[in-house]
Amino acid sequence: MAEFPDDLRYAETHEWVRVEDDGTLTIGISDYAQETLGDVVFVELPELDAEISAKGEVAVVESVKAASDIYAPVSGRVIEINPELEDTPEVVNESPFEKGWFFKMQPDDAEDVESLMDAAQYQKMCEEDH
Amino acid sequence: MLIYERESKGRSARAQYQPEQEITDLPAHCLRNERAGLPEVSELQVVRHYTNLSRKNFSIDGEFYPLGSCTMKYNPRGAHKAASIPGFLNRHPLAPERYSQGVLSCLYELQEYLKDITGMKAVSLTPMAGAQGEFAGVAMIRAYHNANNDFERTEILIPSAAHGTNPATGVMCGYKVREVDVTKDGDVDIDALKAAVGPQTAGLMMTNPSTCGVFERKVEEIAQIIHEAGGLLYYDGANLNAILGKVKPGDMGFDVLHMNLHKTFATPHGGGGPGSGPVGVGPRLEPFIPTPVVGKRSQNDADYYYWVDEKEIPGTIGNLSAFMGNAGILLRAYAYARLLGREGMHRVGEYATLNANYMARRLEQAGFQLAYSSRRATHEFIVTLSREARELGVNAMDFAKRLLDYGYHAPTTYFPLLIPECLLIEPTETESREEIDGFVDAMAMILREAKECPETVKGAPVTMPVKRLDDVKAARNLDLAWRES
Amino acid sequence: MPFVPHTLEDERAMFETIGVDSIESLFDEIPKKLRAGVLQDVPEGISEMELLRLMNERARQDEVDLCFIGAGAYEHHVPAAIWDLVGRGEFLTAYTPYQAEASQGLLQVIYEYQTMMSRLTAMEVSNASVYEGASALAEAVLMAVRANKKSKSRKVLCAGNVHPRYISTCRNIVTNQDIAVETVGWDDATGLVPPESFETWTGEDIAALVISWPNFFGGLDEVDRLTDWAHEQGALVIGVVNPMALSLLTPPGEWGQTGADIVVGEAQPLGIPLASGGPYLGLMCCKQAIVRQMPGRIIGRTEDLDGKEGFALTLQAREQHIRRAKATSNICTNQGLLVTAATIYMSLMGDAGMRAVASQSHNGMTRLLKRLTDIDGVTLRFQGPVFHEAAIRLPLPAVEVLTQMASEGILGGFDLGEVDESLSDCMLTNVTETKTDEDLDKFVRSLRRAVEG
Repeated sequence: MAEFPDDLRYAETHEWVRVEDDGTLTIGISDYAQETLGDVVFVELPELDAEISAKGEVAVVESVKAASDIYAPVSGRVIEINPELEDTPEVVNESPFEKGWFFKMQPDDAEDVESLMDAAQYQKMCEEDH
Repeated sequence: MLIYERESKGRSARAQYQPEQEITDLPAHCLRNERAGLPEVSELQVVRHYTNLSRKNFSIDGEFYPLGSCTMKYNPRGAHKAASIPGFLNRHPLAPERYSQGVLSCLYELQEYLKDITGMKAVSLTPMAGAQGEFAGVAMIRAYHNANNDFERTEILIPSAAHGTNPATGVMCGYKVREVDVTKDGDVDIDALKAAVGPQTAGLMMTNPSTCGVFERKVEEIAQIIHEAGGLLYYDGANLNAILGKVKPGDMGFDVLHMNLHKTFATPHGGGGPGSGPVGVGPRLEPFIPTPVVGKRSQNDADYYYWVDEKEIPGTIGNLSAFMGNAGILLRAYAYARLLGREGMHRVGEYATLNANYMARRLEQAGFQLAYSSRRATHEFIVTLSREARELGVNAMDFAKRLLDYGYHAPTTYFPLLIPECLLIEPTETESREEIDGFVDAMAMILREAKECPETVKGAPVTMPVKRLDDVKAARNLDLAWRES
Repeated sequence: MPFVPHTLEDERAMFETIGVDSIESLFDEIPKKLRAGVLQDVPEGISEMELLRLMNERARQDEVDLCFIGAGAYEHHVPAAIWDLVGRGEFLTAYTPYQAEASQGLLQVIYEYQTMMSRLTAMEVSNASVYEGASALAEAVLMAVRANKKSKSRKVLCAGNVHPRYISTCRNIVTNQDIAVETVGWDDATGLVPPESFETWTGEDIAALVISWPNFFGGLDEVDRLTDWAHEQGALVIGVVNPMALSLLTPPGEWGQTGADIVVGEAQPLGIPLASGGPYLGLMCCKQAIVRQMPGRIIGRTEDLDGKEGFALTLQAREQHIRRAKATSNICTNQGLLVTAATIYMSLMGDAGMRAVASQSHNGMTRLLKRLTDIDGVTLRFQGPVFHEAAIRLPLPAVEVLTQMASEGILGGFDLGEVDESLSDCMLTNVTETKTDEDLDKFVRSLRRAVEG
């Protein structure tokens, strides 16, 4: 069964968002998403310092038989990308919420995160989806 | 074992060349310093190596190959031989017309046949594959709107069941792609289409019979909706074999189409190519047809065939390759058309349809679920194994792999995407009843195995040169060229 | 019904199973008025014997004694083993290797092809091929615009001496995506694109530069300087090559400081007959860093469940059947059969054989040129070294000379006036290893008669 950690926010397109102490956001894809996708073989990450807007395509995650776009959950600027994903994309499967994070960003407006789903809402969406 | 692993320094096929000569008139900086590193093997080693590799392939010549949407019918050897006559093989693509009347006459006649078969006004043979035919077709749609100074049309509509080439083509031609839903009976959802169509619609790309293996019954209404909105209608000829000699796409209201001659006209698929994807157009798109096409005029009381280029078709979308396209494949298609003749051509769609319906019914009797059981099958049909996947834990991929052990190439799997756990099956008209029965028996046997010993099916294939391959390793640790370790 | 195996008994049994009384009932979902009438323009069928007789008669009309036309398609010896092997049904009538376990032969052939092609071009990666050379250039330009993340431009520079049909094909395809292909003119004396003429674009945002090696006129441009200049501008370098020439000439992976980024070309010279222009073989190679932007099939080596070596399609998430509207291209085809032919060719020849063929072709051209320029009014159009092909200036319009030579059974070259009016007194002539000294004599005598009357 997929995990849905309570301390995260979720987008309809299956990204999770963690609000860090300094107000920056860490973004990855959910356990449910990585299970559905299967073995991840490649992740294309956004450029550092890129300005990204909510719901815009920012990254791509590939499995053998599928490729899915990753969307920015909120608007802001990319401040860090996960260098491990280039050589070991499998960490997205192994540790979606910890080692398998995609990128960090500075949101334009911290309030925007509030519009995302909480764990219960997201879990309900996934179950209905299934 | 790779050919490189058979090499010995200094070996080569010495009958194939005279010794290397010294080059004295090229500057040193233009010359290669180190040898490229091609294999060093004898002629017999080469012949044996590739003969043995060929044995590791399934093929139409060897096995029943009911790959849905690919029309793997018998490729007549006579057509292959006819196209391989030295006079055809040795002709340079830029040889003058006067010394090209043989090949030009064949191509001209093929154009005429294809016009008649499709009900279109003009045909260009130049696109080199189905996908390039699609490109040419949509590029013509764009050229047509541009010529009308109509630059607001930015979208191409595509039913969601379409081949992936359709949306990819739309984008290559600079369009946004909007997908239109398909109903549970496999027809285009007319309400969804009406909601999607508008002044931004450049056209609709459609396959009929559709990739769901059923004939789109409302095709005339769809044509009307698109035309009233000012758009044009594209016919993807992937499934032309189903209606060859029975229905002409031009009569259904299509403005432009491509044909896959490697499917419908039985030219060999060659392990993924070459193909050939001629386009046909109605009157509105004739001014934009890709060049060259072959024309005919009377000269000294005889027929004279010539290349028609942009001088005669100023609006053309132009050439799509360095020369005229895949002439050698077109000659095979021409030969096939001559062998079949008018009567044979009428029978293609009929017997392709008979075989598919017979096979569908027999599979249904054997306990399989058809995706569209209330519909007539066309030249192909879909079996869905979602019940087997759910109840037995054996999915469509497992069935496909196990079929290989029974000596049958697997049908197309997991396409169209909207039917879960599906097999898209196309027997073609050239297969006999016994062959179809044998396939159905194998499927029934696999179903029994799935119930009694599912591991056998999930572990298949076991009789092939390799077992299931690690696709994940292939993608994560890219090894795309051999390097000496 | 030459290929339909059904007997009346078969049909009866099949109708019974389906529950219909005729084939016609199977078409009852199709509106009646859409049914086709008789196909008037398709003739009655003929037997295989009649077909072969007809086709032999047609093919005979196209035979000539000697062909010296090159211009992108070259007559080389095709070893007998190649098409005997390629003609095996297991190669000829297989399809795209979707079921890898039942396609290991073809998959391994393509993997070997990728290895040989990447070695010949000195590039890291080759795909499983595309249709042919000119459309390969279009794919390369689209790829470069995608891959060049630093450039925001949709402009590509192209040396004006790239094969004119490659340039037009490329434009016809890429303009639909609003990509502009701007050509840089060639020097009237050399036919080369002078590196100095690029200064106009220094500092401009350009996605890629296209250079040809050899160029359309057979000439050898300063590829090292051009490559380095392009890289300094942040542009990618696309090389258009003749793979036969690369056995002798500097491979694009070694151009300048860091080599070309994408390489395309026509691999027809490697064991593929002229056959009126196709099917041919588009080669396409690139640096590993941008392989995910490459169109077309790619084969990888991997292992099966038991750890045994095997081959499979890989990086499929780039392709149309998965990525649909976001695919790198709509292309599905790899020229599997021609890949097999070229792979067998390269295996038979090895480096030694290809260098032998290339050097004999080149030296044959050099010998021909020496003798031609003895004829009054016949000169080399451009100064500088060429590889196995050259533009020859004539004292008459080329079309007149070529027509006269053709009436003697010799296709003397390509009339350059067809692609550039200023060159209507020039023909582009090619010599390969297939031409003996006697053939060259015939050419010279025929040309002399045509010119001197």
